[in-house]
Amino acid sequence: MTVGTTPVAPAAPAPAEHPPPRRQRGRSTRSRYPLWFLLPGGGLLVLLFVVPTATSFYFSLTRWTLFDSTFIGLENYVTFFQDPQLFGSFVHTLVYAVITSVGKVVAGLALAILLNGRIIARGYLRAVVFFPVLVSAVGVGITFKVLFDPFDGLINRALGVVGIDGPGWLTNPDLALASVAMVDIWKGVGVSTLIFMAGLVAIPRDYYESAHIDGATDWQLFRFITLPLVGPATMTVVILNVISGLRSFELIWTMTGGGPGFTSDVLASVIYKKYQAGLYGLSTAGNVVMFVVVAAITIPLYRWFRRREVAQ
Amino acid sequence: MRSHSHIVRGLVAIAVSTIVFLVPFAFIVLTASKTSAEASQFEFSWPGDFVLLRNIAEVFKVRDFVIVRAFINSTTLTVSSVVVMVVLAAMMGYVVQRRTGLFTNAARMLVLAALIVPSAVVPTIWVLQALGLYKQMLGMILIEVTGGLPFCVLLCSAFVATIPRELDEAAALDGAGPLRVFFRVILPLLKPVVVTMVVVQSVAVFNDFTGPLYFLPGDENATVQATLFNFQSQTLSQWNLLFADILLITVPPLVLYVFFNRQIVEGMVNGAVKG
Repeated sequence: MTVGTTPVAPAAPAPAEHPPPRRQRGRSTRSRYPLWFLLPGGGLLVLLFVVPTATSFYFSLTRWTLFDSTFIGLENYVTFFQDPQLFGSFVHTLVYAVITSVGKVVAGLALAILLNGRIIARGYLRAVVFFPVLVSAVGVGITFKVLFDPFDGLINRALGVVGIDGPGWLTNPDLALASVAMVDIWKGVGVSTLIFMAGLVAIPRDYYESAHIDGATDWQLFRFITLPLVGPATMTVVILNVISGLRSFELIWTMTGGGPGFTSDVLASVIYKKYQAGLYGLSTAGNVVMFVVVAAITIPLYRWFRRREVAQ
Repeated sequence: MRSHSHIVRGLVAIAVSTIVFLVPFAFIVLTASKTSAEASQFEFSWPGDFVLLRNIAEVFKVRDFVIVRAFINSTTLTVSSVVVMVVLAAMMGYVVQRRTGLFTNAARMLVLAALIVPSAVVPTIWVLQALGLYKQMLGMILIEVTGGLPFCVLLCSAFVATIPRELDEAAALDGAGPLRVFFRVILPLLKPVVVTMVVVQSVAVFNDFTGPLYFLPGDENATVQATLFNFQSQTLSQWNLLFADILLITVPPLVLYVFFNRQIVEGMVNGAVKG
């Protein structure tokens, strides 16, 4: 279903088969799909995406006040990679993206398999899993800040009942980033689940049936049928989550503000802090680092998935 | 025996997912219904005094009805940007799918690049300022349109691929110009994907906090998310009001979802897996 489902469209241009009536002269395929349809959207993309992106490379090399910029070479980048706090944010971004992506792939696939199987209350379960997607990151962040409260929070209270002394989820420097990542998985897993469910539906039932007759175990069914055939959905889920994980800001900013100290600062929060401090050149350098990282990870990942798909 | 294990598995799934996903929501609702003294205990308990309506009324009164203005701002932003986004994306997706050539390929690359690469913040402010649109609602609308456009174009072009070309050819033979073909023939056929885009993007724009934080600062322009964020620091001891605010601004996305549940799921799945 997923590969090459595009319905067969006549590849050869129509005029080759039957010449159009004279009345239609000049109204060939070309003018039927006029290029100016691309103009409003394309114009906006050029104005508000291409121009800022292209100029950001220059502005990242300057000391900049928005009105006036002084060229200072690579100084901003040197600052960025020498300052342990700034460099830390770079590492945290990668860690955060990996935790959230892996978490959403594993949890999403598990939930999708569960929800696609024969199970009672499927509609209820699907709705419940998708629910958090609709709440804003700010709302989710505030709620979990309260639930994570080290003393009065619901989570540590529940752990206390079973005799576990819960940690300071957001106040412990070693835990803060991972705690936010958990909330991120909680909030976003619904989308991944949906995409996986669509991928699973596309796998023909007979594969499972014949493997079952041949005596395959549940694990073998998963390992040799589900996992390889759900590939395209996995690609979508991984790439979507890596991109959003590398950019993430709102949840972190609401829950920890990058703290305690700078232990949960990520690229996006550093960009914001430097912007607030009026260091526009440095903030933009952070931005350039961010999109280099995003491109350097996403593009090879996409190629790798595509190659595997072709190999199959 | 088999069906037995299904029921057990189902019950376990229901219990776990209720705890993991629904308890936080229940907590929001319960806290929003308590008095401020009781809410500050952070307990997961039924409110002694059920004062949800009074709290909501209280939230409205904070800072001279700032939340009403915020709702108007957010609604303006969401409705205008989604309408423009959907029309522009459908036009682009249609031509990009139907035509080949230098410009359409360039457009396709542009859309893909914009989908992947996060936009540079301060340079965008710089562009907006040059256009006189910084801190303006119109500027913010254009930012949101640009942000959601790539995803929508991909969804549309994937969907246009399933519409037979003969349809537009027939309409053109009947003498319809390109605009007529697009608005009368193609756009109506895109309805399922339009519903998806409208719902997904409305939720995204309405819930967006970062965009207005950078490009639409200032009190008179505050959106609901900005108000919520500021509320956090202003009403330190009034957790009941804070949670009533969360509840209040979660209602619009929730209503959209309840109405369009099935369409969103189908549209998203089609676009995501095929595109």
